[in-house]
Amino acid sequence: MKRFFGFVKKEFLHIFRDPRTLVILFGIPAAQILLFGFVVSMDVKDAGVAILDLSRDETTQKISDKICSSGFFKKTQDLLTYDDIERVLRKNRTKAVFVFENDFGNRLISEGKANLIIIADGSEPNTTTLITNYATAIIADFNRELAGTAATQNLLVQSEVRMFYNPSLEGHFMFIPGIITLIMVLICALMTSITITREKEVGTMEVLLVSPLKPVQIILGKVAPYFLLSFIDIVVILILSFLVFDLPVKGSLLLLLAECMLYILMSLSLGILISIVSKTMQQAIFASFIGLMLPTILLSGFIFPIENMPVGYDWFSALLPPRYFIVIIKNIMIKGTGFLYVWKETLILIIFTLVFLGVGIKKFKIRLQ
Amino acid sequence: MRTVFYLIRKEFIQIFRDKVIGKAIFGVPVVQLLLLVPAVTFEIKNIDVCIIDRDLTTESRGLVNRLEGSTFFRVIRSTSSEEEANNLMHSGKCDLVLQIPSDFGKETGTWHPSRLMVSVNAINASTAQLSWAYLNGVIREYNTDIITGNIGGQPFNPVPQIQVTNRYWYNELLNYKYFMLPGILAILVTAIGFLLAGLNLVKEKETGTIEQINVTPVKRYQFIAAKMIPFLIIGLIDLAIGLLLGKLFFNIPFEGSAGLLFLASTIFLVGILGFALLISTISSTQQQFMFVAFFCMVIFILMSGIFTPFDSMPVWAQKIDMINPVVYLIRINRMVMLKGSAFADVSREMYALAALSVVFTALAVNRYRKTA
Repeated sequence: MKRFFGFVKKEFLHIFRDPRTLVILFGIPAAQILLFGFVVSMDVKDAGVAILDLSRDETTQKISDKICSSGFFKKTQDLLTYDDIERVLRKNRTKAVFVFENDFGNRLISEGKANLIIIADGSEPNTTTLITNYATAIIADFNRELAGTAATQNLLVQSEVRMFYNPSLEGHFMFIPGIITLIMVLICALMTSITITREKEVGTMEVLLVSPLKPVQIILGKVAPYFLLSFIDIVVILILSFLVFDLPVKGSLLLLLAECMLYILMSLSLGILISIVSKTMQQAIFASFIGLMLPTILLSGFIFPIENMPVGYDWFSALLPPRYFIVIIKNIMIKGTGFLYVWKETLILIIFTLVFLGVGIKKFKIRLQ
Repeated sequence: MRTVFYLIRKEFIQIFRDKVIGKAIFGVPVVQLLLLVPAVTFEIKNIDVCIIDRDLTTESRGLVNRLEGSTFFRVIRSTSSEEEANNLMHSGKCDLVLQIPSDFGKETGTWHPSRLMVSVNAINASTAQLSWAYLNGVIREYNTDIITGNIGGQPFNPVPQIQVTNRYWYNELLNYKYFMLPGILAILVTAIGFLLAGLNLVKEKETGTIEQINVTPVKRYQFIAAKMIPFLIIGLIDLAIGLLLGKLFFNIPFEGSAGLLFLASTIFLVGILGFALLISTISSTQQQFMFVAFFCMVIFILMSGIFTPFDSMPVWAQKIDMINPVVYLIRINRMVMLKGSAFADVSREMYALAALSVVFTALAVNRYRKTA
């Protein structure tokens, strides 16, 4: 046991020898949390729109004013002919063009209806859907004003909505748990896989193997310092997200920290497995960075909800451990639920950890080649 | 020139000597493209709904039927207990709870409208807003039914209405694959080139082989060029493979000129490889390079506007993004492929990319020292 602690101490010295590593270890997650809490958002505001008003009357003026003053849209220019539409949409500054038909105001009064066409840039489907939704809502509002109070208003069924868990619809309720999940798995897997393959590449692994340390001790000793550092990291992130974004931990803090430890352990075991399977640092980095990054961003439910994916993908995403941690962290932090609601996910993470560790240790070659 | 050529040959031999990396360079993008592109969609379907129907009349059932008939909603449970509904929401089994009050049927169509209570799981704010909008659509249709069918006695004056038609250009059906493929492809090409080029140079430093090159008459720019060109070629081949896959498997439209796209990608790759080499000239181990690269890559990618709209970032972030080459590449890719934009339309992005490439590469050459 004393030997083991000596080894762990040596590993710590390795890490602290290069202060840059530490800066990066703590700087990256903190900077990224701050950046993404402030920067990344799905909302559309000030989307560039152009207006092609073929009628130019009072009503169309009123509607365009309403659209442009809504806060969602910003007028980039007024168009004169249909041909201009192609030109502005191609430039990418303008996301949608509102086209008022000829004689809009008159038709509205005499025929009781008038046509407004929204031509939107479909090359960014999500933004486009939001834009047309907002625009439709604004027009629906205007229609209601037209109808006045006398009409059907009082007859109709109305609904009241309560936005659960996130009443002010903040984007970072979704992004911060996602970023924590993404960054922790990447950093942990990267760091462990680099430190172990490095020993292999430089040749010092052979020195360790002939030492009286058992293989398990070597691996655990390599990983122990990173476990501690990552855990401090997560605490820093949680404090930051509380101080800067008012993102409270609604559930039990103790449970959350325990789950974080489990997640770190899982990520470190994944790193161990990667490093044992790969021969060089390049391979390890390739696997843990390029192999993990995109699938984690795209398939774990971080940005894109899993339930919307095509059939079969829920099975595939079930193979990605981060998916479960996102559920756990959202449940505990934002919904404030207890262990009863996350025991399944917790169990799955434990199984992942054991499998990664088991396979890793089994594959660990203690013989020289 | 001959010197550079021989150096490039040496690099290629060294890259492909590692069988695993040699396969991964082309295999990983193929697998990830085929796997990830169809997965990603913001399209909302199957919103799981729990209904608390306190009314249980024909009218309330009519509303529920409408909900079930819509493609967006899936009623998973009807219950009378609010607690059970809350539990379902807590455990993530439903995302929306619709409560129909007990006097709903009686009062529908009278002058006292009933109010439905809706709770939405809003952790994902944009999904929540969309589900709410879709639910309102269903309620609106229901209301139209009431007006046309229910109010027998009162003559009903048609009110003037503005009718809205939506049309989506360049991607009429809002197919997400068209949107994601250019973006994912750009990320893969970026990540592979960036990592391999940077690690390659720093590895020479770590193992000491760089000193052997330093004592030869190879010039600094020749050395950097030889480190850059192989990965440039690999990146372009990856791009070509990706585009081909997109055409074959996802039928991605290709409106613009392929030449323009490859020109843009070449300029971009020079820039991003220059940046990678710059980082590796100032790091002394692969580990150090990796950490800085990791930091930059994640920021480059998440701020590039590939997954989230560029325009919704705050203005200061958009300003910072001016030095993020990935932004320009993704924009050019999408514009050229989907909109058929010509050089004139993307000229600003092209010039910006060119400027970044010159700066990064010049810095890399400048920072690389031939001294020990």
